[in-house]
Amino acid sequence: MTQTSQRPLRVLAAMSGGVDSAVAAARAAEAGHDVTGVHLALSANPQSFRTGARGCCTIEDSRDARRAADVIGIPFYVWDLAERFREDVVEDFVAEYEAGRTPNPCLRCNEKIKFAALLDKALALGFDAVCTGHYATVVVREDGSRELHRASDMAKDQSYVLGVLDEKQLAHAMFPLGDTLTTKDEIRAEAERRGLAVAKKPDSHDICFIADGDTQGFLASRLGKAEGDIVDESGARIGTHEGAYGFTIGQRKGLRIGHPAPDGKPRYVLDISPVNNTVTVGPAEALDVTGLTAIKPRWCGTAPSGPGTYTAQLRAHGGETPVTAWLEDGELRVTFAEPVRGVAPGQAIVLYDGTRVVGSATIATTTRRAAVSA
Amino acid sequence: MAYLDHAATTPMLPEAIEAMTVQLAVTGNASSLHAAGRRARRTVEEARETLAEALGARPSEVVLTSGGTEADNLAVKGLYWARRNADPRRVRVLASPVEHHAVLDAVHWLGEHEGATVEYLPVDAYGRVHPDALREAIEREPADVALATVMWANNEIGTVMPVRELADVAREFDVPLHADAVQAFGQVPVDFAASGLAAMTVSGHKIGGPYGIGALLLGREYSPVPVLHGGGQERHVRSGTLDVPAVAAFAVAGRLAAERRERFAREIGALRDELADAVRAAVPDALLGGDPDPAGRLPANAHFTFPGCEGDSLLLLLDAQGIECSTGSACTAGVAQPSHVLLATGTDPDLARGTLRFTLGHTSTRADVEAVAKAIGPAVARARTAGLS
Repeated sequence: MTQTSQRPLRVLAAMSGGVDSAVAAARAAEAGHDVTGVHLALSANPQSFRTGARGCCTIEDSRDARRAADVIGIPFYVWDLAERFREDVVEDFVAEYEAGRTPNPCLRCNEKIKFAALLDKALALGFDAVCTGHYATVVVREDGSRELHRASDMAKDQSYVLGVLDEKQLAHAMFPLGDTLTTKDEIRAEAERRGLAVAKKPDSHDICFIADGDTQGFLASRLGKAEGDIVDESGARIGTHEGAYGFTIGQRKGLRIGHPAPDGKPRYVLDISPVNNTVTVGPAEALDVTGLTAIKPRWCGTAPSGPGTYTAQLRAHGGETPVTAWLEDGELRVTFAEPVRGVAPGQAIVLYDGTRVVGSATIATTTRRAAVSA
Repeated sequence: MAYLDHAATTPMLPEAIEAMTVQLAVTGNASSLHAAGRRARRTVEEARETLAEALGARPSEVVLTSGGTEADNLAVKGLYWARRNADPRRVRVLASPVEHHAVLDAVHWLGEHEGATVEYLPVDAYGRVHPDALREAIEREPADVALATVMWANNEIGTVMPVRELADVAREFDVPLHADAVQAFGQVPVDFAASGLAAMTVSGHKIGGPYGIGALLLGREYSPVPVLHGGGQERHVRSGTLDVPAVAAFAVAGRLAAERRERFAREIGALRDELADAVRAAVPDALLGGDPDPAGRLPANAHFTFPGCEGDSLLLLLDAQGIECSTGSACTAGVAQPSHVLLATGTDPDLARGTLRFTLGHTSTRADVEAVAKAIGPAVARARTAGLS
C-alpha cells in the first residue's frame, strides 16, 4: 500500500519551480489531499533571473512555482529558510571541503532543511506530511511502519539523497513520483497535460547555491588560495595546487601535472591532507578500497544488531556493491565483497536490503587494498 | 469567504461596472477632433469634473494617470526635477519613512540617481509625522528643499496624518507638499483645496473603481517634469491615450466614495471596532498597530501584531479557513520582510514579523467579523507553536 491511497492528508508540497515538484504537488492534490504549495527561499540575495539553465533560489523559480500552484489550484507561500540553509548546508559544504572531504549538499538539505526545518514548521502548523518531487517510494507495512524504497524506475531513483531520513521523518514524507514507472519525458508530458508551464523547463543540475556551476571558484572565493604540493605515493613533489580543498578522491582531471607518470598511466587523487595542504596522486589501482568506516549512522527503522550483508551505494547516481556492515562503537564498519574505487570521505554510504533503504552514514575513513605497494 | 483585504483592492461598485461597460462599447480617442473623439472627450471631461467635485478640486487640477503608483512617481520625481531646474540648490527631499513603496522607492531612486539628499522625517509610535518635525527639517535650510511628501493615511496601520497642518508649514516656506491619499479617499474627508497640498494621489481600484486608473491632483501653479513623454494629453505633464471607460467608471466610484463617506465611516468603523474587540478578546496580548483613537485612524483598518508569531503562518492558517487578509508588509521574492512602517515606529524587528492587517470595505458584513473572531485564537496558538523560523 502506498500513501496516495490513504485518507486525505494536509500536505505541504515543497515546490522548487521545477517540473518534478510541480507534478508531485499536482498528483498529491489529485489524490484528494489538501495540498498547500511552498517555495523555499534559500538564498538571502536571490537573483532575479536564472543564469544559465540550472539553479533554484531565483525570483524566477519562485514565480514558476507560484504559477504551477495557481494552475493546480492550491494556496502558495514562500518561506524564508535562507538562514537555516546557510548554516546547515552551505557552511557545512565549505567546512567539509576545507577538511579534505567531499560533501553531498542535496542530502544535507533533505536531512536538515526539507525534512527538518520545513517539516517541523509544517507539523506545527497542522500539516500531516511534506511532499517533494523526489523519485523514491514509501511503503507502509501492515503494522503501520514505513520503509523507504528505491523508485520503481531505478534510472531515476533518488533514494540515495533521502537515505538520511529516519523513521520519524519518513512518517511524514510523501513522494508522489516514486511509485510510478515514468520516464522524465512522461513527467514532462504529464505536466503539459496538466497545463503546467514548467513542463519544458530544463532540469536543475549540480548545486543550487552555486548558480554558475563553478564549484572550485565558489570554494576559492570562500576559502582563498592556499598553494601546496601535489606528491606521488613516495612523497616526491610532482606539482603544485592552489588549494587542497579543490580536489576529490578519485579525481583524474584538472591535476595540471606537467609531465606524465613514469609508467605513462593516468594519475588519480588518492589522498587529500588538509593539515599539510598536500594532495597525493597515484595509479588507479591505488584507489581500490576494501572497507570503510562511517560516522553519524541514521537508520530507517531499528538499527541492525549484528553484521549483515547489504548492497551499498557510495555516491549519487553510483552503482550498487555488495557489502558486509556492522555497528561498532557507534560507527558503521563496512567491508566490500570486491574492492571498489573512488570512495571519498564526506560522501554518504547508503545501505540497501534489496530495494529497501536500511540506513546511511557519512564516510570517515577508507581501507585501501593492502596488495597495492606504496 | 471573508474578504478582509479591501486596502489591497476592493470590489468594483455595480454603478462603476455599469459606467465602464457602457463606455467599453463606445469608440473614440479623446484627443481626436472628429465626432467620435469629441464624444470621448466629453465623457472624459465630465468625469474629470465629477472627480474634481468629489475631491474639492478644480477640474484642471485633475491629472489622470494609470494609477496610484504613476501619480506618486509623477509627483515625487516630476516636482523634484522641476524645482531643481528652477534652482539647483533644491536637492533635499523630505519624506515620511512610512510611505507606500510607490513614494518610498521613487524618493530612494532620486537619492541614488538624481543627486537628491533624502531625509526621512521622524514619526511617533503611531507612525505620524508631526508638523513641528516638518518645520524643523525645512527650517534647517529652507532654500534647498525640493519637496516634501507625507501620505494622507497609512496603508498598513491606518494612521491619519495631520495633512492640513503639514501643508501650512510647507506653504510658509513655499515648499510643495505631496500626499498619497490612496487609502484616505472615501474613508476620511479629503478636500484638495482645503488641504493646502501642492499635489495629491488617488487611485481607482481602492474606492470601488477599476484597476489601472488614478489621478494626481495638482495645483495649477505646478508643472512637474513629465515621467512619461508623448502626446501630452494631460496638461502636458502626462502622456498616453486616455482610458475612457476606466475614467468614466473612476468618476462614478469617486462620486459615490465622497457621497457615502460619512455613512461608510460610521458603519464600517463600527464593524471594525467589533473586529478589533473580537481579536483582543481571543488574543489578549495582541497589539493594535497605529493610533488607537478612532479619530486618528482609517475607519476600515485594524492592524495587529501577535507576539511570537510569523505573520505568514497566520495568513496561511486563516486563508485555509477562507479568511483573506494581509500581513501588510511588502515582499521581496515573495519572502516576507519586517514592515518598514512598523520598524519606523520603533517596533522590534522580531515582533514586526507577526503582523496581520484586516481592512474592511463596502461589502464587509458581520459574518466576516464573526469568522475572524472564531478563527483568530486557534490560529495564533498554532502559529506560535511554529514560532519564528
